[in-house]
Amino acid sequence: MEKIKKLSKYQGFWPVIVLLAILLINGIVSGGSFFEIKIVDAHLYGRLIDILRNGSKLMLLATGMTFVLATGGTDISVGSVMAISGAIACSIVDGRILPGAGQNVQVAILLALLGGMLCGAWNGFLVSKIKIQPIVATMILMVAGRGIAQLITDGKIVTVTSDSYYFINGGYILGLPFPLFIVLFVVVLVLLFTKKTAFGLFLESTGCNPVSSHFAGINVNNIKWLVYTFCGVTAAVAGLIESAGIKGADCNNAGLFMELDAILAVAIGGTSLNGGRFSVPASLAGALIIQSITTSVYAMGIAPEITAVVKAVIVICICLFQSPEFKEKMGKRFSGHQQERMAKPV
Amino acid sequence: MKRIIAAILTVCIASLAFGGCASTPAEKPASTGTQSTAEVVSKAEGNKKLTVGFAQIGQESGWRDAETASIQFYAGQHVDTIDFKFADAQQKQENQIKAIKSFIEMGVDVIGLAPVVETGWDAVFTEAKDAGIPIVLLDRRAKVSDDLYTTFIGSDFITEGQNAADELAKLLNNKGNIVELEGTVGASAANDRKKGFDDQLAAKYPDMKVIASQTGDFTRAKGKEVMESFLKTYGNKINAVYAHNDDMMLGAIEAMKEAGMKPGKDIKTVSCDGVKGIFQAMVDGEANVTVECNPLLGPQFFETCQKLKNGETVEKWIKSQESVFRADTAAKDLPTRVY
Repeated sequence: MEKIKKLSKYQGFWPVIVLLAILLINGIVSGGSFFEIKIVDAHLYGRLIDILRNGSKLMLLATGMTFVLATGGTDISVGSVMAISGAIACSIVDGRILPGAGQNVQVAILLALLGGMLCGAWNGFLVSKIKIQPIVATMILMVAGRGIAQLITDGKIVTVTSDSYYFINGGYILGLPFPLFIVLFVVVLVLLFTKKTAFGLFLESTGCNPVSSHFAGINVNNIKWLVYTFCGVTAAVAGLIESAGIKGADCNNAGLFMELDAILAVAIGGTSLNGGRFSVPASLAGALIIQSITTSVYAMGIAPEITAVVKAVIVICICLFQSPEFKEKMGKRFSGHQQERMAKPV
Repeated sequence: MKRIIAAILTVCIASLAFGGCASTPAEKPASTGTQSTAEVVSKAEGNKKLTVGFAQIGQESGWRDAETASIQFYAGQHVDTIDFKFADAQQKQENQIKAIKSFIEMGVDVIGLAPVVETGWDAVFTEAKDAGIPIVLLDRRAKVSDDLYTTFIGSDFITEGQNAADELAKLLNNKGNIVELEGTVGASAANDRKKGFDDQLAAKYPDMKVIASQTGDFTRAKGKEVMESFLKTYGNKINAVYAHNDDMMLGAIEAMKEAGMKPGKDIKTVSCDGVKGIFQAMVDGEANVTVECNPLLGPQFFETCQKLKNGETVEKWIKSQESVFRADTAAKDLPTRVY
């Protein structure tokens, strides 16, 4: 019991519990087949693997978004940046642009990441140097981004045929989907950077109080610029995974409304949208929660007309569950009941 | 310093914004100018030509580009007999209304319109009616009373659904389990393609069952994700997939391959639209049939216009000529596909 109490102090505790609960409910409803994992063509195959692979995009976005939200900002352009990065990569692999690159997949990936970085840097520039409100600053790219992507692909869905490009989404290492290793790599990198250097502290301090952080000698502007740039890069990686999954760049639909899912994932993870304390693992759990809700809606065969409502209800429940005020009130009522019962004479 | 930069940026953005607005009206007079000279010429020739004005929505999708190209191509081939005036409305209803008004002033024989939105056409359609110019609606309908427009040329999504059911019945020998990937909830194409399909199954193929149906939002990514889930729930029980558009099917094909199944063989496929990608898949043996939703309305449109000019009556709904394409002819058809 003591141990559990200690664990529950961690920000990631409740999100992980919720995630496990959702999976457990699915397991019970499906009679255990939800957890079934088979080996098909020498790789693992099952719903849990689906959740991990399809959730990888959201996990990456949530990682980048956590930092942005930790500074008290927000980035609503990530969905469009995904479209841009997919458009760049697919157009190069297809030989539609830069034929000099010889349809080289590495060049395509590098340039797509560079594109994402530029988009992020642009957002960071608007927010930190020009001091535009983050939601407005990133809205520019959110609206214009899909247009840029359309320009790159000439308004068409560019289909690619390259096995090495498919590997980004469909590949397997040790029987596990490749996107999972990308997430692992990014997260380890990020955790080392925030836990083993002072950067994490600076970030939290920037989010809590930018003015006093500034006077304490932290370069608040540069930190903001950096996190938006990083968020752009994670969005670009997510865009690569998405486009590799459908073997093409679909500028209209790639990453559509993903920015909202990403913000929701971070919020479910318990990071305040006002900035300050943050936890990347908690956000990852949040991302997996959202993905497993989607997967369970499919698995349970809920009618398409009501899926959106079902998802909303689950999210509301999770948010209520996370809110300390709500828990306190419910706790009072609950203990109040108990006292009443105890007070009753036998 | 910062203020100066901010001021410069503001000016830049403002000029961009106003520049953007100004460019649209600036283009209009220029194009009407050329049109009116064209009209003078055609009148001088004795007004025997068929004069048609067409107000297109603008560039929107590959499908619409193909439609525009088809109409312009047909008009281009028949310059001797058709005097064609084209207006690109850039997705704005007011531009379409302006275009229709100028067509009325020019006194064209027929006005063609692909309405960008459904409502708000009553006034301008009445004007055209008073001027005695018939209005032909293309591929999208307008919410006006029936006497205000002459005819509608467009797809019948219900027939497409029925055709899909017939094709699947052939592939499955009238028996089997089907999973369905629906379009965006509420879209007319999704509703009618589902209704036509379901009705046809109920009426003619009692041994074919839709065992699961879920929306894939007309996108590849969602189509793939939903199919992944279907495969896990039903596995080998699935005999066929019916998708409301080709893009979702292309996603579903990926999901089937990842599950170690052979799309087109283990699981039969039928989808709608007829985009290039699905023809490639059929050539590769990974898809079976696509039910066309034809954007190439040029020939039908002008034939209808000619009939109207000759004073013949036409049906209120002219269904676009659509066909079904199967894998065996896909290799031959692929090079001819334009969208």
